[in-house]
Amino acid sequence: MTHRILIADDEPNILISLEYLMKREGFDVSVARDGQQALDAIRAQPPDLVLLDVMMPKKSGFEVLQEVRGDESLARVRILMLTAKGRETDQAKGLALGADAYMTKPFSTRDLAARVRELLAQQPGAHGAP
Amino acid sequence: MTMLKAAERRLLAVMLLPALLLALWIVLAAVLVTATLDAPQRAALRALVEPNGVFLFLAWLIAALPLGWFARRWYLRHDVAAERLLEAAQALVAAGDAQHEPTQDMPQRAASSPALAEIARLIERLHAEQRRLRTQIAHEVAAASRGIDAERSRLAALMSELAQAVVVCNRDGVVLLYNGRARLVFRTLSRSPELTGGAELVGLGRSIYDVFDRALVQHALERIDAQIARGRADPGAQFVTSAPGAQLLRVQTVPVREKGSAASAQQQRGVAPAIDGFVLMIENVTREFEHETQRDRLLLALTEGSRASLANMQAASEMLDFPDLDAPMRERFLRVIRDEIGSMGGRIRSLSDATLRHATTRWPLEDMRGADLVAAAAQRIGALLGQPVALLDVDAQLWLKVDSYSMLLALEYLASRLIDEFDVRAMQLRLGTAAGRAQLDLIWRGHALNTETVMGWQMDAMRIGAQTRSPLSVRDVLERHDAECWFERDRPRELAFFRVLLPLAEARDESAHAGLSADDSRPEFYDFNLFASTGGGQARELAERPLAGLSYTVFDTETTGLNPTQGDEIIQIGAVRIVNGRLLANDCFEQLIDPRRDIPGASIAVHGITPEMVAGKPTIDAVLPAFHRFAQGSVLVAHNAAFDLRFLQLKQQQAGVRFDAQPVLDTLLLSALAQPQQESHALEAIAVRFGIAPPTRRHDALGDAIVTAQVLLRLIALLQERGIVTLGQALDAAKTTWYARLEY
Repeated sequence: MTHRILIADDEPNILISLEYLMKREGFDVSVARDGQQALDAIRAQPPDLVLLDVMMPKKSGFEVLQEVRGDESLARVRILMLTAKGRETDQAKGLALGADAYMTKPFSTRDLAARVRELLAQQPGAHGAP
Repeated sequence: MTMLKAAERRLLAVMLLPALLLALWIVLAAVLVTATLDAPQRAALRALVEPNGVFLFLAWLIAALPLGWFARRWYLRHDVAAERLLEAAQALVAAGDAQHEPTQDMPQRAASSPALAEIARLIERLHAEQRRLRTQIAHEVAAASRGIDAERSRLAALMSELAQAVVVCNRDGVVLLYNGRARLVFRTLSRSPELTGGAELVGLGRSIYDVFDRALVQHALERIDAQIARGRADPGAQFVTSAPGAQLLRVQTVPVREKGSAASAQQQRGVAPAIDGFVLMIENVTREFEHETQRDRLLLALTEGSRASLANMQAASEMLDFPDLDAPMRERFLRVIRDEIGSMGGRIRSLSDATLRHATTRWPLEDMRGADLVAAAAQRIGALLGQPVALLDVDAQLWLKVDSYSMLLALEYLASRLIDEFDVRAMQLRLGTAAGRAQLDLIWRGHALNTETVMGWQMDAMRIGAQTRSPLSVRDVLERHDAECWFERDRPRELAFFRVLLPLAEARDESAHAGLSADDSRPEFYDFNLFASTGGGQARELAERPLAGLSYTVFDTETTGLNPTQGDEIIQIGAVRIVNGRLLANDCFEQLIDPRRDIPGASIAVHGITPEMVAGKPTIDAVLPAFHRFAQGSVLVAHNAAFDLRFLQLKQQQAGVRFDAQPVLDTLLLSALAQPQQESHALEAIAVRFGIAPPTRRHDALGDAIVTAQVLLRLIALLQERGIVTLGQALDAAKTTWYARLEY
């Protein structure tokens, strides 16, 4: 079955590459351009994995992450944070809030694809934080 | 020769006087009467009187006795009473401020005459008044000096507690005040910090030009002079200088000017009052300077490197626009773009690793023990809750970099919102480390809490109750600290917590500070008398200067034996400084030395220093130069100095220092000069004579040095009485004593 991927980022220049990449991998791709859109999309039709940027208008990636993790019904949604916020504190925060993985920009698309495949192969619901 | 005292003679005279007067009167009367009689009447009278002459005499005598008695009584009551009053009054005056009550019952004694009684009472009153005034003056003097002592102690305590390193010098650069922090700063500059602790660089009576370049300080002072001349209200100058030990110091200079009537008179004349001295506030900026330079360097590398990479990428991508590009060329340009992306990514990664961990925010953060912050937070939040906040797992070794006021406010604010909006009744705090940061958790028993709301609290301006308001929000505080905060749930345990990641500070070495503040004795970090001492250092010949005003390094050594030329070694040096007639007890030098040979049992019996005590201690090669620096610029003093100096001279070359440049005084010779009649001039004997307490440990180098120093001070006073005032005089006179012939 085809996995559904949601890509949330406000920068079109990265969206275009990510969308293309994920489509090539054979996933079903949808996009969101700000935090609120991302949240609505996740709630409306829970994807299998979300590529989540942090610095977005309306709601930041951390807020989206917390709200999703706060919702029991969305426990199966895997979240991979993909962000320019590279400090160790940010990483700690992301993982603590329940992200499944955290990748800092810039990243190699090959690594990203591998990580996505890894996460999708895992048992859903096994998140980083308790 | 009189058998009677003068007073008794007077009494006798007074008693006889009326009788004599009576006799005289009778004779005169008889003469008068016979003068008026003619010859036959005279003959008849004589015939009457002569046979009864004896009766007449007896009658006179009988009359004379009561007269004499009355006279005596009258005399005793008046004159003697006055005498007694005089004596009693004299006794009172002589007694002075004797504490006992005068037991003279003066009024009674003088009760004969009311006037005398009054005088007696008056005298007593005057005396009582005098005693009262005397006591009052004594009290006021004592209170005033207590007040001055208290002020002095307060000043000293204030100076020693100042976080700023302060040194005050007189116009010639002689240090007359410094605080504990300054001592610490100079300790880091010292070449032998464990041995001397920086004492050889800064101390009362030392010259600041031993540390700072004279020209630099003079230039700063000139700038200050110019500012004063221009009428600037707060003159000051700053300079940055490198110091020994590859350290960078920022020094702020402020003048000390005369105050008082003379100064204001000068000011009225339009002349600026002279500068008495200057205050230096010293800061070691080596670390900040290094951080800032490194940061600048990295930023520059980033901008310049990125420019280059971007240029490469831009050019390559523009080449891709050309339609006639063939596949291999296309591939080459794409590789260029990939390469440049890789190198930019690498550059950013290394930059962030290097700098972001130690990001220095512009806001001044202080180092604080984590446990202290948590305790303070627990107290504040406990006050809000009305019940104590439990502390779980607080890591006691953590040090944080925080602005404690705003951080505590933030924690309190979050707690207050929890209480107000979610009726939380109990909270806990936890402190640990994670990811190179400190992790502070504010925990409560949680149930349905809206994440959005809770995170929204971070953005509101903080307000706690009615009193505490701040324009800052929790987010602002976090930014100030380069910190991060979020909200987590511990579902299994039904707990929720705010987690704050805070920057760690380097664990402080508190023992370094403890060493200084352990001094309970009055800290001798100042001597304002040195303001006046010009001495000039170079101006007057050292030999011309009076002994009382010189600086001395009084030292003593303990050795393995008495033969310096036959292999005996120094195993301990103790030294203490005297500046301006004062023994500076906390400006001392004490060090055990490894002699690299055995210590004979006989000498251990004398000084108690065993081979175990000196094992691992520095050798004479390290200690002698440190001692030389400590004693720099002062006169060396020791008891039987020839002995100690011989040891020093033998080791001079090996250690690379020379002790020849300093004058040396020997208290043994000085004692022989000052008290030539005494039998023993041994240190213990002299100490006993002067009433100087023996050291706590006999034959401990520092203890002996202190005793020698106290002896020196007494000897200087004695020598002055014998006309030996200057150093030159003392040195010359010492040479003439018999002991001067002792050689080792």
